Amino acid sequence: MSKKCCSDDHQHKHDSESQISVQDFLERRSFLSVLIAIGGAVVTGILSVPILRYVFHPVFAKTTEIGWSEVGPSSDFTTLPKPVKKVIHVEQLDGWRKIISEKAIYVSRTAQGELRVLSPICPHLGCPIGWNDDLNQFKCPCHMGTFTPDGTWVSGPPPRGMDGLDTKIANGKLYVKYEYFRSLSPKKEAV
Amino acid sequence: MNSFKKLWNWLDQRANLNNLLTVALKEPIPGGPSWSYVFGSGLIFIFTLQALTGVLLAIYYTPSADHAYTTVAYISKEVASGSLLRGIHAYGSSAMVIMVVLHLSQTFLWGAYKGRREVLWLSGCALLTMILGMSFTGYLLPWDQKAYFATAVGTSVAGEVPFIGDLIKRFMRGGSDMGTLTLSRFFAAHVLFLPALIAGLISAHVYLFRKAGAAGPFTEDPVTPKSKMGYFYPKQLLMDIALAAFVIAVLAVIAATYPAELGPQANPADTQFLGRPEWYYRPMFQWLKYWNPPYTVIGIMVIPAIVGALLAGAPFLDRKLERRPWKRPLAVALYAFVLGGLAFMGWQSYRDDDNMPTVKAQIIAQDEETQRMMATPFEPQLEGTAHAEASPAQLSAAAETGKALFMRNACFACHGQNGVGGRGPRLIGIGSRMSSDQVFELLRRPRAAMLAGGMIPSPLKDDDLRALIEYLKTLK
Repeated sequence: MSKKCCSDDHQHKHDSESQISVQDFLERRSFLSVLIAIGGAVVTGILSVPILRYVFHPVFAKTTEIGWSEVGPSSDFTTLPKPVKKVIHVEQLDGWRKIISEKAIYVSRTAQGELRVLSPICPHLGCPIGWNDDLNQFKCPCHMGTFTPDGTWVSGPPPRGMDGLDTKIANGKLYVKYEYFRSLSPKKEAV
Repeated sequence: MNSFKKLWNWLDQRANLNNLLTVALKEPIPGGPSWSYVFGSGLIFIFTLQALTGVLLAIYYTPSADHAYTTVAYISKEVASGSLLRGIHAYGSSAMVIMVVLHLSQTFLWGAYKGRREVLWLSGCALLTMILGMSFTGYLLPWDQKAYFATAVGTSVAGEVPFIGDLIKRFMRGGSDMGTLTLSRFFAAHVLFLPALIAGLISAHVYLFRKAGAAGPFTEDPVTPKSKMGYFYPKQLLMDIALAAFVIAVLAVIAATYPAELGPQANPADTQFLGRPEWYYRPMFQWLKYWNPPYTVIGIMVIPAIVGALLAGAPFLDRKLERRPWKRPLAVALYAFVLGGLAFMGWQSYRDDDNMPTVKAQIIAQDEETQRMMATPFEPQLEGTAHAEASPAQLSAAAETGKALFMRNACFACHGQNGVGGRGPRLIGIGSRMSSDQVFELLRRPRAAMLAGGMIPSPLKDDDLRALIEYLKTLK
């Protein structure tokens, strides 16, 4: 052990500790190392649960959701000689905001008198379907697909009939859940 | 040899891990580990914690005056564990200030700035100002009343600086008034600029610390320590980790018990609101009350500059190698005087508020309002094209009259058809931000900023004005 004084860098100071090998230095005092590992685990443990919940929140909670839109008093739709076009306000939850947009829908009744609310989006390629009074049919202006007043496919390229939307009646009012469906598919699938 | 060791050796041969670990852990400490030395790594732990929780908050936060408040409310009320993590981050700033005071006090009292440690000390002083900058910029980000008015006061103080005060104020605010530009600037400073500076300064601070070596007990020679060397690993590391576990546990308990507050959204038109800074800025806030023109400059510049220079200059002014506190009465007394004075002024600030009945009542009212806001469920922010038309039939008779007045008097020309979208301020949600009387007052006597924007004092009769306000309250 040199007793040389005044070296300002005491990392170079020689004593017995600095002679031991790297491996031995890191591996000794295993009881304290266990405590260190426990301490590290406590810190990580306290933090990891809330962090995982927080980060995965949108994976498990509904953060983008379309709510029910009011169509009008249900008494307006008790008898429908032909489909009526309605403009609804669709509220879509998008994280911390709610986007309100206007969408058109058709309210119609089947031959049996069953209420149907139809999306005007053509299941072929997504054009807006219009009601044609002269033909008493829905007709898509893009590729001339036609549908009956209750939306059943009649002719043209669309792979299925017009898409019905979920409805409910509450407090005497008709509500509809606006949705989009996959085009070009023979099966109705929400997207 | 087990497989972990094999992997470790494989990595070690390529990345020199053992050497790296040894350099990190085999830090010599004269006289061995001690609880007195935990505060520096405590600060690094809290900085890491703040960086981590800050990044997490950024997942949902939006830095714009239109959305900041809603997104913070969303984090606090909707996102799983959001309130807890935001609480840890918010209270973490207090923990940071406390830890900084402990670290500074320990270093100062131990005379650990002596013996070729001037640059190390200066880098620490720079870090101290960065930390105060972090808490100042972070406080604005929730964009609630407290945040807004505390920052309005803080930036006004900067405006008192002679000659260049107005320039500084406008630079900080991004204009003469507080607004969305202020928020963007504070956000960029808080999450990009300052953290980058701090990370760099911490590296420099730790590097300089390792170069100078741990100073050890105050009986030790600061240049050539004589006591037997202990090492950072394992005992000091264990103490440091124990402190980290204690800090995170305390923060988690406080954040879970007292959720971080979010009051009403910032409302620049509110003339009643009393802006009060965070507790650690209270001494400065109180100090400024004592200095009135023409002496303001002494209070906000000259004396703080002297104190700052004395602090930063400590290793240059106090050049003796003597480290025992009782042998350095002047330095210790000065330090205790400044710290004690700050504590006293902080206490005085709270006492003054408490002694003025109107102030006390206003602060209590503000706190109650905050508690009410926190108890209300989260309301998503409406956006889109069809706001008010969504429920036209639900207007009361007065509101119908008001709507007609809104159209006839061309309010919509500036404020938009439905109270949003024009060049004037958006009116949607005004009912939740102000009372009818406040709106009434503003319409009769618009503030200077409103007049400058083209607003005119309303010429309507009282009844009509009330009807108009009824309509404005329906805008959501």
